[in-house]
Amino acid sequence: MNARNDTGAPLVELLGITKAFPGVLANDGVDVTLRRGEVHCLLGENGAGKSTLIGILAGLIRPDAGTIRIEGVETAISSPRRALELGIGTVHQHSTLIPALSVLENLMLGDSRGVRLDRPRGERRLAELAAQLGVDIDPATRAADLSLGYQQQVEIVKALWRGSRVLILDEPTSMLTPQGVAELAKVLVRLKAQGQAIIFITHKLHEALSLGDEISILRQGRLAGTIGREALRSRSQEELRAEIVRIMFGDEARAVADVAELQEELDSVEGTARTVAAEAEVVLELRGVSSPREGAELGVEEVSLELREGEILGVAGVDGNGQRALAEVIAGQRPASAGELLLYGAPVTRTKVARRQKLGLRYVTDDRLGEGIVGALPVGLNLFLKRVGERPYWRHGRIQRAVVDGRATELVREFDVRTPSVTTRAATLSGGNIQKVLLARELSFEPKVVVFHKPTYGLDVRTTATVREQIRSLAEGGGAALVISTDLDELLEICDRIAVLSRGRLVGVVPNGQGAAERVGELMVGGGAGLEAA
Amino acid sequence: MILASQVWTQVFWTSALAGGLIAGVPLMFTALGEAISERAGVLNIGLEGMMLVGAYAGFLGTYYGHSTWLGYLAGIGAGMLASCFMVVLCVWLGLDQIVVGIAITLAGEGITSVLYQSQFSSTQPRLGGVHTAPIPLLDRIPVLGRTINGEYPLFSQPLLVYLGLAFAVLLAWVFRSTNVGLNLRAAGEKPEALDAAGISVVATRSYAALATGALAGLGGAYLAIAGTGGFQDFLTQGQGFMAIVIAMLARGRPIAVVVSSLLFGIALSFSGLLQIAGIDLAPEVVHILPFAAIIVALMLFARRAYLPPALALPYVRGAR
Amino acid sequence: MSTETVTREEALPQRQPRRARTVGAGRLLDLVLRSVVPVVLALGAGAILLLALGRHPLAFYGDIWTNGVQNGAWQDSAIRMAPFLLIAAGLTVIFRANIWNLGYNGQFLLGAALVSGYGPRLVNEIPLWLAMAVLFLLAGAVGALWTVVPAVLKARYGTNEIITTLMMSFIGIDLASLLIKGPFHDSTTPLPQTAVLTKMLPSIPGTRIHVGLLVAFAAVLVVHYVLTRTAWGLRLQILGSSPRAARHFGIDLSRLIVVAFLASGFLVGLAAAADILGLQGYIRTGWNPAYGDTIIPFVFLARLNALAVVPFIAFFSVVSTGGDIAAADANLSTNFLLVLVGLILLFMTVIEYLGRRRDLGASYLTPGLRQALRAPLLRRGGAS
Repeated sequence: MNARNDTGAPLVELLGITKAFPGVLANDGVDVTLRRGEVHCLLGENGAGKSTLIGILAGLIRPDAGTIRIEGVETAISSPRRALELGIGTVHQHSTLIPALSVLENLMLGDSRGVRLDRPRGERRLAELAAQLGVDIDPATRAADLSLGYQQQVEIVKALWRGSRVLILDEPTSMLTPQGVAELAKVLVRLKAQGQAIIFITHKLHEALSLGDEISILRQGRLAGTIGREALRSRSQEELRAEIVRIMFGDEARAVADVAELQEELDSVEGTARTVAAEAEVVLELRGVSSPREGAELGVEEVSLELREGEILGVAGVDGNGQRALAEVIAGQRPASAGELLLYGAPVTRTKVARRQKLGLRYVTDDRLGEGIVGALPVGLNLFLKRVGERPYWRHGRIQRAVVDGRATELVREFDVRTPSVTTRAATLSGGNIQKVLLARELSFEPKVVVFHKPTYGLDVRTTATVREQIRSLAEGGGAALVISTDLDELLEICDRIAVLSRGRLVGVVPNGQGAAERVGELMVGGGAGLEAA
Repeated sequence: MILASQVWTQVFWTSALAGGLIAGVPLMFTALGEAISERAGVLNIGLEGMMLVGAYAGFLGTYYGHSTWLGYLAGIGAGMLASCFMVVLCVWLGLDQIVVGIAITLAGEGITSVLYQSQFSSTQPRLGGVHTAPIPLLDRIPVLGRTINGEYPLFSQPLLVYLGLAFAVLLAWVFRSTNVGLNLRAAGEKPEALDAAGISVVATRSYAALATGALAGLGGAYLAIAGTGGFQDFLTQGQGFMAIVIAMLARGRPIAVVVSSLLFGIALSFSGLLQIAGIDLAPEVVHILPFAAIIVALMLFARRAYLPPALALPYVRGAR
Repeated sequence: MSTETVTREEALPQRQPRRARTVGAGRLLDLVLRSVVPVVLALGAGAILLLALGRHPLAFYGDIWTNGVQNGAWQDSAIRMAPFLLIAAGLTVIFRANIWNLGYNGQFLLGAALVSGYGPRLVNEIPLWLAMAVLFLLAGAVGALWTVVPAVLKARYGTNEIITTLMMSFIGIDLASLLIKGPFHDSTTPLPQTAVLTKMLPSIPGTRIHVGLLVAFAAVLVVHYVLTRTAWGLRLQILGSSPRAARHFGIDLSRLIVVAFLASGFLVGLAAAADILGLQGYIRTGWNPAYGDTIIPFVFLARLNALAVVPFIAFFSVVSTGGDIAAADANLSTNFLLVLVGLILLFMTVIEYLGRRRDLGASYLTPGLRQALRAPLLRRGGAS
């Protein structure tokens, strides 16, 4: 499979790929061509059909229609095993490393020859690939102990393990620091030079522009446009940007003039900080708060921060560095093992979730389906799940359906939740509407301090804009927001100051503005010494 | 309390060990089986039922075939047949492992009772003794080689016992340093990773569940053939469930499974032994011991019992 | 413009909106398919088994009907319903929280042992109604007590409650046996049994059915009200859907788990009191009816709805009453009923699977359990 017989035909051609899931046409006649030594960027909003397309290429999903040609020969990719045999290696968006196994065991998984695990052969193969990539990986480390940067390197090695010719990278930058992204870019250049064809999936325009040799733009399952090598070379960044936005949003871009602007805004990395008066009241204070790790996820250690009235404070960091622990310890969902939490100067360290909620301390969780809603319950009831048993929704322990539904109807209207009725089961709503349900619950009844955890993750552009607008208006209305996000661009757009969380510690706070991105990036790396050393 | 002095003789403890082997071997086979499927992410609550059908088939095989080996084979076959329900319903179709497990246990209890009663209710036949193979030299050790009633010399056991111990060692090697072992662990830890690596999760788990059925069937057959020398309703008396706990506490490590099975075996065989030693203790008290031991162990080590993350969760490609 | 962008990320089949179901005929069919078909299939498979054993299935099932319903036998069936209903209520409570209390046998027998031990003296020393109330509460209390260890282990360390409840059950069974042989032994007989109650629960006027059945119905109504109308019931449902969500909503998980366990054990204990005080009158060692084993499938078939469980329990009471006699008539082990119940469970899971494929209404299981079931496999089998 390593033979490089140049027949002139492109390495991989996807022709007219169509795949429907119940209710959704995920891919609709998509054509994509991959060539050796090129990075092909697949660009599109969340839900545009990128994941389905690479699922088909990786053998995880069977297309309903369309053909795949490899070196001009029509081929069916019937299983992940077949994809690997064809030389298609994938780095999935979510890590496929098994935490309990060593790096070498992870790499050798499925690479069976004979009965015994041939560790020496595996070690030789690892050394060979590590040299190719210019990285250094210890085979005996447990995958759970790897830093995220290293994890991704191991994932790439794994994808190349069986002699891949095509490397699929699904949103590889979502877990990386800006420096990590630069490292990845270097690795990609080396791989290109070795003749790999690379598919790079992203929803970020600037990444596509800086890394791609060719860009295909997906929109609602269709190939909305392609920008070839020539165009990428010859035209200016601004022109390309405008072109891509037009392709991504099509006619809608013209219909709603602000969408193009919006996309620009989402994509821009320059901050627009407001200044919050230093004498503004401190509404939330953490003094040396610690909370132990739970399972594989890091806890937080001695985190101190102040949040002032009218302020939006961002918390940046690579996913898994203690974000969840921070959010949950503030919300009261997990106990603080040390330190103190003060809300308007009053200690709330031992206060229960429900009481904090009443005091105006709210938490918009990132795990919307898993903990944000109870899918089997109606939308209306979901809006009051943090008030179970409280008057006037419950009296003498008995639910007051009329009161709940009546108030819920008002909230649904106010927050523009698109649902057939308040008695519809919450699980049937789209991701964006589920987030609106969460916002309606947390931002109603006088919110004061709200923790947002990845508030726009996985949402479409319009809902994203709505959510950010709501965060801003909360701050302008005298509330305060703590926005925890792994999307640095998002923090740069809406926050006044950005704190950096690394390995469970708060390693610094940067005022937003010129040069903030670089300094946050430095803190992410510098503070997380473990990032470069396993 | 004069009689109690007998408890402290070496002969007593040799008998305890020997009795522990007899009672512990069915547990050992079954728990080794559970260790395999737990590693692969299949929680087999139906073990009790599989042991029972294995026991009944083992009894039948020995009774009609006049060979303990035929009995063991029949037990293996019956156990595998019962585990086919688990394979099809839980592994292939992704149905709830606990509900199906309970169903297998209930049906196993019922069907063996119905069949035994309809065939043997009047005769209740006993099986003959089991041929044992002494280990040369070791069986001559003056104190350890002898027991109170001389019935179960410690170093003279049915051949299957030696095979079982060898199998445990083999299994430990398989888990640690073979491709199959790696696949099994991946299927329990993170099935999507195994799938992405081009190995069928469904096939891996199916083989694991079948192996579990075979071993549980063998354990049951051994219980009927070598342990009690006959069959009766509800013969296993919760040993299938004990095997699940043993596999959990041993974290699926075969050698640890063997050691804890034998410890539980000793506890199980203690009541008879105490009577031999002349101590009159209600059998219930002794019977409680292993279960109480498990509860205490769980209270002490609750945080340490390790279960694979994907245990009892069906694998569906693409679902996160 | 008016269309909302669907996030394709979540376009996997199981997250798709279900089609709005038409109420009425469709729903009724649904109910019949999901609830009755597994029973019918199990009876069919049981018939095949009977044929294989050389018995006539129709005669056997006819015998069940005769001895379970006709000639006043329905009253015997109704008497059996009392403990069955109470156990079903106890299991419904705990299964709603997606927690497995499989220790009902130990809880039941300990309750039964205490009631038979203290009952004979108590009914003669204090007013009958008071004695009965005390005995019911006593049995409930000991049933609840027997869930404390699994409950606390589950609440504090998340220890698998299947294992702990089973272990506690085995201990409870032996302990009950020890009690019967020891302190509660009837000294007038060498047999290991307790003294026979001289006064039992009174009958409902005009019948032989004891008032324990009314207690059971009352318990079912209370459980149904609590589970469906109250804040506590909602909390339990949230816990059953997702413990993570419960924590997010500020529910005190440990307390809820412990209280749910206690309630479950209490109801199982009440079942023991109803059975001893209304029917058995005494207990001997080795008696373990293991009612709960056979109740589980019906709790699921009723989709964890305490009211819906009543017709199923009525059905099973008939099968159980008539089945014991029919089995004896046919010279079969009474454990044949276990086979039937196991088959019902198996067919239930199969129907659940088909139902999921065809989008057939509500599931039997809690959302948490159902989440574990999810969508059918895209690609099946295949050698590695």
